[in-house]
Amino acid sequence: MQEALRFRPADAEAVDQPEFVKQARLLRRDADALLRGLSLTIRGLRKSFGANEVLRGIDLHIPAGQSVAIVGRSGCGKSTLLRLIAGLETITAGTISFGEETRAEDVRVMFQEPRLLPWARVLSNVEVGLGRERTSPDAQARADSALVEVGLDDKRAQWPAVLSGGQKQRVALARALVSRPRVLAFDEPLGALDALTRISMQRLLERVWQDQGFTAILVTHDVAEAVALADRVLVIEDGRIAHDIDVNIPRPRRRGSAELAALEGSILKNLLQGTEDTSDL
Amino acid sequence: MSLIESLPRVRRLRLPRADGLIPWIVPLAIILLWQVACVTGFVSARVLPAPSDVALAGWKLLLSGELVRNIWVSFWRASVGFLIGGSIGFTFGLANGLSQLSSKLTDTTLQMVRNIPHLALIPLVILWFGIDESAKLFLVALGVFFPIYLNTLHGIRTVDPQLIEMGRIYGMTDGELFRRVIFPGALPSIFVGLRFALGIMWLTLIVAETIAASSGLGYMAMQAREFMLIDVVVLSILIYALLGKLADSASRALERLTLSWHPAFQKH
Repeated sequence: MQEALRFRPADAEAVDQPEFVKQARLLRRDADALLRGLSLTIRGLRKSFGANEVLRGIDLHIPAGQSVAIVGRSGCGKSTLLRLIAGLETITAGTISFGEETRAEDVRVMFQEPRLLPWARVLSNVEVGLGRERTSPDAQARADSALVEVGLDDKRAQWPAVLSGGQKQRVALARALVSRPRVLAFDEPLGALDALTRISMQRLLERVWQDQGFTAILVTHDVAEAVALADRVLVIEDGRIAHDIDVNIPRPRRRGSAELAALEGSILKNLLQGTEDTSDL
Repeated sequence: MSLIESLPRVRRLRLPRADGLIPWIVPLAIILLWQVACVTGFVSARVLPAPSDVALAGWKLLLSGELVRNIWVSFWRASVGFLIGGSIGFTFGLANGLSQLSSKLTDTTLQMVRNIPHLALIPLVILWFGIDESAKLFLVALGVFFPIYLNTLHGIRTVDPQLIEMGRIYGMTDGELFRRVIFPGALPSIFVGLRFALGIMWLTLIVAETIAASSGLGYMAMQAREFMLIDVVVLSILIYALLGKLADSASRALERLTLSWHPAFQKH
């Protein structure tokens, strides 16, 4: 009975949300984006590992608060590009610059593996994400609110070992979010999850992106995921940006809609065409 | 629903008691069989005294204070030797796990020394230290050094590099990285080394005490052999077994305390 009472307001909001609420949310998002997201400019970026040149000249501008998906076949250099943006690899040539001065806490990465410390409880794992501020007195409160954001506040005292794959990845997301980053880079964050968990995680990612207005860079091999989540899809082939496609489909996007499917089809065709040209299919 | 709910509760009520007793069934049964075999004359008292005789011998030694003194001496040697050898092994394990230079400098030497059975050094150790305390401490320390060293090193080298990268991304300093990622990650392996070392600790000490000592459990057993006191010899052997079990239980308890995050140690 009590539960029913507690859930009613949320249900009501979902069913007939007044237009002004949506407007207010949009306005807040725009204001946040101006404050929070960072723009990103890449000029002539090259990266080689020994004799192997992975990235052969990337030029790219990402406006603040945009969500960009990077797709491509495996080994095309998409993960390397992401690692360079996150500062995990050294640049061979070229520049990567953010719109303004950044702190270490401004750029965060989420990997395919959750990479949680198995010997730390969920809450302390999230506190790790605060970086140098993890000793501040409000650290625990901030970690707690990040857990609320991903819907896992009831697991705060658990060991990571007892969580499911999707829950671990949500904790990793909370850890990435807790320092309020202005750029969030995702390296196949949903690659290891089952289909249903993927869909609910995609919704969660979209929601936190809309709420927090950070610039999101998502590397994925799943074109359907890319068009469902991103404002813009970059196709990388042989270390270069082969296609730069704007996704002008209004949100919330309905999964499986004809528009999304058509866009996904055309991107896939591009990708496969590349394969047929080099005839290694 | 109610059946499923009631099942674990029933098990929880029944198990703890039985759990505590089950491991002792076999030792108790052996003692019982042993007693029966001795009383019926199946085994001669000159070969193996009855458990009751052993207990009686223990009681006499306890009253004279000899037993407590000898146990204390052995216990002191074991723990001091263990602390010395263990802390040196741990330090080298940490240094060589964390620093390439230190590893290059010392690992080859240590691996060579490791292959010398440390008990083979007994004649040399007697020449150096006589049958003094330092001889026993040296041997115990040398014996526990290697398992602790090897397992600490292995533990640190096998910490998940993805976690280390994660720690660096999130701005951990070297100290924090060690405290929050590397050391906890190496801990399960360090405990394996600890338990190996405890076994070697008793083995070394007993051998050293039987060969060259003027006190301690090993000495007590050797003296009893001289005077054909088989019950005291058997008593000493049983005390080794108990002390070994005690050391193992202590390390297990420590493991459970510090590795409670590990799926293998989680209570269900």
